[in-house]
Amino acid sequence: MVNSDQLERPTDQRSKWERALDKTGSAKKPAEQGHSSLYEKRKSVHNKRIDGPFRRFKWLVMIVTLTIYYVTPWLRWDRGPYAPDQAVLIDLANRRFYMFDIEIWPHEFYFVAGLLIMAGIGLFLVTSAVGRAWCGYACPQTVWTDLFQHIDRFIDGDRNARMRLDKAPWGAAKTARRVSKWGVYLLISLVTGGAWILYFADAPTLLVEFFQGEASPVAYMTVAVLTGTTFWLGGFMREQVCIYMCPWPRIQAAMLDEKSLLVTYKDWRGEQRGSLKKAQKNPDKYGDCVDCRECVAVCPTGIDIREGQQIGCITCGLCIDACDRVMKDIGRPRGLIDYATLDQCEAEAAGAAPTPAWKALLRPRTFVYFGIWGAIGAGLLFALGTRTHTDLTVSPDRNPPFMLMKDGSVRNAFTLRLRNMEARPRDMEIALSDLPAGSVMWTDRIGREDAAASQVISVPANETRIVRAYVTVPIGTEPDAFSFELTSLDEQRERDIERTTFTLPGAN
Amino acid sequence: MADKHRVDEPTGTEFVGHEWDGIEELNTPLPRWWLWTFYATIAWAAVYVVLYPAWPMVEKATDGVLGWSSRGELAEEMANAEIARQDVFERIAATDITKLSADPELLGQAISGGASAFKQHCVQCHGAGAAGYEQYGYPNLNDDDWIWGGDLAALEYTLTHGIRWEGSDQTRVNYMPAFQGVFDKVQIDAVTAHVLSLSGKGQSTPMGAELYEQNCAACHQPNGEGDPLQGAPALNDAIWLYGDSEASIRQQIALPRHGVMPGWSDKLDPVTIKMLAAYVHSRGGGQEQEVEEAPEVSEDGAETVAAAEGAEDNGQL
Repeated sequence: MVNSDQLERPTDQRSKWERALDKTGSAKKPAEQGHSSLYEKRKSVHNKRIDGPFRRFKWLVMIVTLTIYYVTPWLRWDRGPYAPDQAVLIDLANRRFYMFDIEIWPHEFYFVAGLLIMAGIGLFLVTSAVGRAWCGYACPQTVWTDLFQHIDRFIDGDRNARMRLDKAPWGAAKTARRVSKWGVYLLISLVTGGAWILYFADAPTLLVEFFQGEASPVAYMTVAVLTGTTFWLGGFMREQVCIYMCPWPRIQAAMLDEKSLLVTYKDWRGEQRGSLKKAQKNPDKYGDCVDCRECVAVCPTGIDIREGQQIGCITCGLCIDACDRVMKDIGRPRGLIDYATLDQCEAEAAGAAPTPAWKALLRPRTFVYFGIWGAIGAGLLFALGTRTHTDLTVSPDRNPPFMLMKDGSVRNAFTLRLRNMEARPRDMEIALSDLPAGSVMWTDRIGREDAAASQVISVPANETRIVRAYVTVPIGTEPDAFSFELTSLDEQRERDIERTTFTLPGAN
Repeated sequence: MADKHRVDEPTGTEFVGHEWDGIEELNTPLPRWWLWTFYATIAWAAVYVVLYPAWPMVEKATDGVLGWSSRGELAEEMANAEIARQDVFERIAATDITKLSADPELLGQAISGGASAFKQHCVQCHGAGAAGYEQYGYPNLNDDDWIWGGDLAALEYTLTHGIRWEGSDQTRVNYMPAFQGVFDKVQIDAVTAHVLSLSGKGQSTPMGAELYEQNCAACHQPNGEGDPLQGAPALNDAIWLYGDSEASIRQQIALPRHGVMPGWSDKLDPVTIKMLAAYVHSRGGGQEQEVEEAPEVSEDGAETVAAAEGAEDNGQL
């Protein structure tokens, strides 16, 4: 159900509050005002091209993030013959995560958890300092939407041309433009979806397999899903994702306070708004806003910043660029729309001199967040720097807990896990300590005839080797707690000592 | 509903027309695509119901056009796992059991395969930890005492043909005579005391030693070390199939119990049997191969057993 107002002005960029006000005051067309629908038709956003510092920053962020995303899987990193040479690789099948010189095993998942906590605290930090900067510049939805909007501009022209084309009836020319535009969307989406899977396998190999039809079904499914979502969310849904689907704006709104930087329209300076002509005739009555609607025209989510903070504002700053240009043209100072905190706005409205925006960053809240964030990061780096690449775990057999041997001696069995995190095979020595002299061990591979007080076990590169170890103590001795001592037989001589118990008959 | 188009002044939003205790609902329109998404889920459900099992019927749910079932998926996965294991199976099949330890990787795979087969076929008697049950005479497989030999080839033979098992004419078989009626009570007591003394428990008597020498030493050997070729258990060690109490030993002399282990040649393939042998051998009591040449097992029965035993004899000489 589209109401008459929308039919008349399909590209109306005003907010629903404004339109609703129109309707109310609308004594204009009371007869035509039918039953208003519970549903609203989507209004396309055709944002106008703009240049300025924020737009350039957005370009920079887009180029950097997209380059990182598309290029990373192709970077190589030499790890020797026993580990993959892909710089960043999430090897799910072997449960390893490689990132340049760092290799994460599943038991070290706390590094990933730590990074996620850092991301969370980082979100608090960024949001409390510069508002929804994530939304405005770095969010993938924003980056790909921005990219697709540039394609719109490249193929269909700028705002006015696109609005005209939207309204034009379908014909050969429009079809050709639409098909070519959607074709480019699809191509980018395919590359985007395709790049994702390259993080999970050797990129050059997988790419060849992918086109030969030999990759695993999950690879094709993943590419299909990600291509589809990129095409649909970036090409068509765009700002609807931010406004209706994403929980982020709601969460971030809760983290803002009166000292956070926001994109703000300084209404005390702008109002009463009126055209330049009117303002020139009557300078006392009118403010700086000439109601040119440039800020609305350039907005990628199609909102009017002059209505104040709203969920649709991703704080990308393009309206600042647009407004500054107009202010320059009409000879007024820049910053009618600007990054400012609510506190700064109030002070300015009360007559104080404008404060530089960066001063908003210097406050306890940002320092506390930064301190926590930095402490976690330093902790993770410390843990990363001091972790050993060997580990031993011991679990005694519980069934049976001990075993009587032919000669009357008692044997215990243990399952040992020897972990070798180096990308090369290593020999490790396992020795018994705190057991009576004459105690010996052998394993499921080293026969009893070779039993000794210590054994050398070779552990393959990048693997955990599970060994069943058998230990006997001399007849008549009654050992209790003892240790397995692991020593890597290489220049590192990494050690790990694992305490366990020797169980004797009747000890249950 | 006369005031349907009434507008809330502060927000400029139209009322829906619903009112609860003075609280009224404003119309904030939902995007229309949201509605289409809802319809799309209904369409999806309709398609799903046709393609996959959905409606519960009396016996089972409707099958669905695709014929998918979780059971079928499992069967397919199992078949794929079977194919993936094929290579290892073939290599184990081609490797003589005595040569298995020469290939540590293959031995490891055999031990793992044996461990899972053990859980399926052996734990009922020998227990999950392979420790057996003394009260029933199910032997412990973790120790180093083997009545019929504990090297890989001997274990494979026992697993294949069983012990006192009707299903194979090559089965390992022996019957210790019952001495009830042959010995009187005093004599049985004397032999019992002598048997216990072999492992250092208690004192023997001249009568016990003499009776043992005459009646038992042929199989159990004069010093009680037993004879794996005949399946005569060692009596001079710490391990007793039916327990080390005097009563148990006396009973075993008077009216011996003869345990039966089924052979697995009719239920398991030779590869699984080999893997089970490797697993049991790895439990910490396995013995080194005593003969280089494994006993040949061919079609014709008794002769081959004799030949095999001959071979082992030769090996021991």
